[in-house]
Amino acid sequence: MRIRPKGDTGIVEGDLTPMIDMTFQLIAFFMLVINFSDAEQDQRIKLPASELAKPPAARYEQPLTIHLTKNDHFIYAGRELTELAKLKSELLKETQILLRHTSKKLEDVTVIIRADQDAKVGLVQEVMKACQELQFEKFALRGKQSEIRTIGGT
Amino acid sequence: MKIRNAEHREQILLQMTPMIDIVFQLLVFFVFTFKIVLPEGDFNIRMPSSSASEVSQPSETPLLKVRLRATPTGELARVQLGDIVLDGQAPFAQLHAKIRGMIGDAAGPGATEQEVEIEADYNLKYKFAMNAITAITGYIDDNGQQHKLVERVRFAPLPDAP
Repeated sequence: MRIRPKGDTGIVEGDLTPMIDMTFQLIAFFMLVINFSDAEQDQRIKLPASELAKPPAARYEQPLTIHLTKNDHFIYAGRELTELAKLKSELLKETQILLRHTSKKLEDVTVIIRADQDAKVGLVQEVMKACQELQFEKFALRGKQSEIRTIGGT
Repeated sequence: MKIRNAEHREQILLQMTPMIDIVFQLLVFFVFTFKIVLPEGDFNIRMPSSSASEVSQPSETPLLKVRLRATPTGELARVQLGDIVLDGQAPFAQLHAKIRGMIGDAAGPGATEQEVEIEADYNLKYKFAMNAITAITGYIDDNGQQHKLVERVRFAPLPDAP
């Protein structure tokens, strides 16, 4: 029978330093890139690029964001709508909420339009027309910031 | 003289567990709140409804019309500034040059009262309208400075449905 010597039962400690280093680096990275903005983005929309599209200087107050996909669908308040009539009905509800619960005039509310680069211009205009009928006047056509010149030429 | 007894030296063991716990909790929080936000920007346009715009005072400067014609697949067929057809390579660059030549930007940003109306075919892809707006509203010079040309851009009203 083999008898283990008593003197060899030492505590084995792993070296934690590399793991802690790595974890702190990850935390530092996430802290730097964290973004608390409530910007409404949707990965289904591929925005058209423009070198002049710059973030607004001041935040919009209670903006409405309407997304338009390349399949002629609308995304409003997280719901995908297939018909313009449904979007109009949703906007009408929103209008009533705005009028009832805020002192803001509808003409001062900004409607952000996030349309896919391959969406039809006519459909964008239809959305704007629907908003105009509800007395919205301010529109923000959203584009993707581009570092390169998008209109061609030199 | 005091002589330290080497045999009585205490070994200090740091308690790493609470720190690692907290660090991992922080890490998990940051991972779950991580959100990729792409840089986006806006073109602001004010378009009152047609009934309201009829009441407003007409501008003294004549309205410039930009027409964007589309192919059946929604691609750009032709760009027109008034009666001038801009074809060939980089029509939006040509449009930009024409607008810049007409308006000039020596007076500084926001100096012009010129209004431009974009009339686009229904099925045209939106990216071409965005290119037109980019060409009309300004440019970025070699120093990266942004200059504004026309700030008042609007879309022509849609024709009534047949």
